[in-house]
Amino acid sequence: MTFTSETLLILSMVLPLFATLGIAAFGKFPNLREAFTLATSAVVLGLIITLYQRLMSGEAISLHLWELLPGLDISFTVEPLGMIFALVASFLWPITTIYAIGYMRGHEEENQTRFYICFAIAISSVMGIAFADNLFTLFVFYETLTLSTYPLVTHAGTEKAKKGGRIYLGILISTSIAFFLLAIIGTYMVAGTLDFTPGGVFDPSVNKTVAGTLLVLFIFGISKAAIMPFHRWLPAAMVAPTPVSALLHAVAVVKAGVFTVLKVCTFIFGIDLLAVLPSTQFLLYLAGATVLLASLVAMRQDNLKARLAYSTVSQLGYVTIGALLASPYGVLGGSMHIVMHAFGKITLFFCAGAILVATHKSLISEMRGIGRQMPITMAAFFIASLSIIGVPPTGGTWSKWFLLMGTMETAQWVIMVILMISSLLNIAYLLPIPYRAFFPGKSDSNLQSGMKEAPTASVIALSITAVGCLVLFVYPQPLFELASSILETSEIVHGN
Amino acid sequence: MLDQLPILQVIIPLLAAPLCLFLRKPRLVWMFTLIASAACFMISVLLLQQVASQGDILYSIGGWAGPLGIEYHIDELSAFVLLIITAMSTIVLFAANTSIQKEIPENRQVFFYILYLLSLAGMLGIVATGDAFNVFVFLEISSLSAYAMIALGKDRRALWAAFQYLVMGTIGATFILIGIGLMYEMTGTLNMADLAERLPEVADTRTIFAAFAFFIVGVCLKLALFPLHMWLPNAYAFAPSMVTAFLAATATKVAVYLLIRFTYSIFGISFSFTTLPLQEIFVALGLVGIFAASITAIYQTNVKHMLAYSSVAQVGYMIVGYSIGTTVGLMATLLHLFNHALMKGALFVALGAVMYRVGGVQLSSLNGLGRQMPYTMAGIVAGGLSLIGVPLTVGFVSKWYLVQAALETGWWPVAVLVLLGSLLAVIYIWRIVEAAYFKEPAEGATPVKEAPLTFLIPIWILVGANIYFGIDTRFSVDAARAASQSLFGISL
Repeated sequence: MTFTSETLLILSMVLPLFATLGIAAFGKFPNLREAFTLATSAVVLGLIITLYQRLMSGEAISLHLWELLPGLDISFTVEPLGMIFALVASFLWPITTIYAIGYMRGHEEENQTRFYICFAIAISSVMGIAFADNLFTLFVFYETLTLSTYPLVTHAGTEKAKKGGRIYLGILISTSIAFFLLAIIGTYMVAGTLDFTPGGVFDPSVNKTVAGTLLVLFIFGISKAAIMPFHRWLPAAMVAPTPVSALLHAVAVVKAGVFTVLKVCTFIFGIDLLAVLPSTQFLLYLAGATVLLASLVAMRQDNLKARLAYSTVSQLGYVTIGALLASPYGVLGGSMHIVMHAFGKITLFFCAGAILVATHKSLISEMRGIGRQMPITMAAFFIASLSIIGVPPTGGTWSKWFLLMGTMETAQWVIMVILMISSLLNIAYLLPIPYRAFFPGKSDSNLQSGMKEAPTASVIALSITAVGCLVLFVYPQPLFELASSILETSEIVHGN
Repeated sequence: MLDQLPILQVIIPLLAAPLCLFLRKPRLVWMFTLIASAACFMISVLLLQQVASQGDILYSIGGWAGPLGIEYHIDELSAFVLLIITAMSTIVLFAANTSIQKEIPENRQVFFYILYLLSLAGMLGIVATGDAFNVFVFLEISSLSAYAMIALGKDRRALWAAFQYLVMGTIGATFILIGIGLMYEMTGTLNMADLAERLPEVADTRTIFAAFAFFIVGVCLKLALFPLHMWLPNAYAFAPSMVTAFLAATATKVAVYLLIRFTYSIFGISFSFTTLPLQEIFVALGLVGIFAASITAIYQTNVKHMLAYSSVAQVGYMIVGYSIGTTVGLMATLLHLFNHALMKGALFVALGAVMYRVGGVQLSSLNGLGRQMPYTMAGIVAGGLSLIGVPLTVGFVSKWYLVQAALETGWWPVAVLVLLGSLLAVIYIWRIVEAAYFKEPAEGATPVKEAPLTFLIPIWILVGANIYFGIDTRFSVDAARAASQSLFGISL
């Protein structure tokens, strides 16, 4: 039996939603419930891979569902940039599920059924964002993603979780309504359409001040991309259980943000218009400042998850820079960085969670010598750190390479220097952790002797993603082709 | 029969009210009221269809043609508002029987239904009539019965709230009467169509300015426009739950209707907005109202108070859309009439369910209800999301048009303020969410059960409508557009 591509597209969004019913029904039987989640995630991954093959074979896949208001459609299309995002999210979902099984049980978390349900809804929203054919559809799923992840952030139900949840929801909803929605309506008024169009929707003769203002509104409004000063929600969201932080706050939510930024820059403004807008330069420096400042803040965090959170803020800035460089290499590097950072950061979070489950430690200063007890975890941590820093033999090398080429291509020397310095800062705040874990220097009395590796399920998951970082270095070809075809779709139109 | 629809729309509830006295048994009376209200709803649906297919309906009472006789005049706008009122009244009535068991003593329950029907008849009359003096008469019918209904509240402060409303409402009604009287003095007619024809000749007189001012201030009292809203929060908070739900979903809508009818159809938009500075005043008051009322709502500890202040804020949105003075702006207001009725209806009926089970609607009495009454609280969350304006709910549709109207006119700051205002809604709705889902019930409080189906069905009909009309907007948008364009004299 073969399905049409449109059916596959719909299924990839609807299946996770239907899965929630099954998860709820099996709530009382953890094994069945988790098997069900795992099976669904595997099927969704299969769907996305099939879609990927069909996309690469040149098939145009799009789907128009219905018209909400005149000019506001819910419609979807499969294009390379969205495919990258969908592939990453759907690949990491089953792995995170495996990890979560080990973590949630090992940590004896409550309300696990609610956890798996919200998780599935969030994944469904991610698929909606990835395949959205216009800004409005994207916005709808952007908001669903915020709302469905709120219960995950506040999972613990403690005062601290509630406070974190408030900041999380407060910033994400406020900016999305006050700026993002305004920018969308503004775009609709100026351009008359919200469809993602290669080369942008604006007329070249558009008023530069208006378009520049809209760009500022977009960048601030898409606060999931965590550009300062609207980044505070990300560290606040770290009160969530580690699997949530891992998939949602290293991959799905934050990547939804930078993905939207990339999408807006290439398909709403178009890189040609972007390059001449008066506000682009300002926003580039703002993103550069975010990269640097967040790295500096990360160095001062002793809580491992908080350090990783600020590191994420900084790395997201890279993608935004890639988008705002308004050059082919920038877009290429930015979109590849979505993938590279996802693999690296999810591994780091997995490790942080594994350490927490096995040793109940969350402070870096307590982790001296931990490598002896948890060699696999800390080795994975080391590989992932290299990928975040961007040195061979890890995937992060490629994205930073192209981003740097983008800065040279556009002669953005200040940004180039910022990227260089930031890489040094990455080394300074990431590498000491595995180093001290393996070479504690003086023997440390902190560690109990009976300590062992994290639950097997978790270790398997983090090994897979760590190996992924290495594979992406050796075999970046498919990703590179996908990412460069984003450019081509834009370029073809530019030629005309 | 079909020709008689305009009068039937008003006369059915008006006659049903005294008939209730014969039935005596509260349960029977409830069924009877429900049937009467459902009949009104059917009529309003038919009227809307008639207007859409044949244009305006003119109906002369007793066969005496206007302007001498009293005329009922149904156009797109009135048909739309009639539909909102009758639909909300019917849905609220579903839950009424169960709700008032606990809130109104048995010997007064029949009175409640009588007052309810009278109030409904009054509101329908205001909207259906084409005669200015008739407006005043029906206004008094609906207001007096509303005061009495509020006074039925269990809390003794209900009496004080009703009295406060009575004083303010009477001032408002008197102002409206003075306004209408002055118009009559200058033009010698009370028929709205006639008034519209003759007013321009005398528009430049001080008497007409005074008439306009009296009328507008009177209506603003009725629609609780900031700063004339002081009566509303207490009246809503201490009235029986179903009265709150009914009034919140309908009463202010009727006042907005009156405002639109008189300024757009009778005085004419150029007189209202250009000759007199209504536009500037209303935009300012609307925006200040949105912020002042929303901020006050955040600090309330009684959830009914909180949502009452939110209603004042929502009136602000309607007034902003109205005073933009374009078809899109007016359309946003009309859409929000419809959408706001759906949101607030859902929220207040759900609060009625909380009142029924828990016995109070303090924020603290909601603690832990997320687990104990999951369907009711999920309804409140959905209604709240709609109030905030999350996409795929009706709240988003109103906001979309309102912001679009503001941008179209070049009023950037207004668009920004409107969106910022909806963020305040996030804060007060989230106070409810946090209480329901994160706080533990007070020590020693007895766990409560989920609300009975008589509540859940209307709540979820309304929540479903909030989502349905947020996705399939054809009905509401088309109706609002048709009404708005006909007011601007754009023929379809």
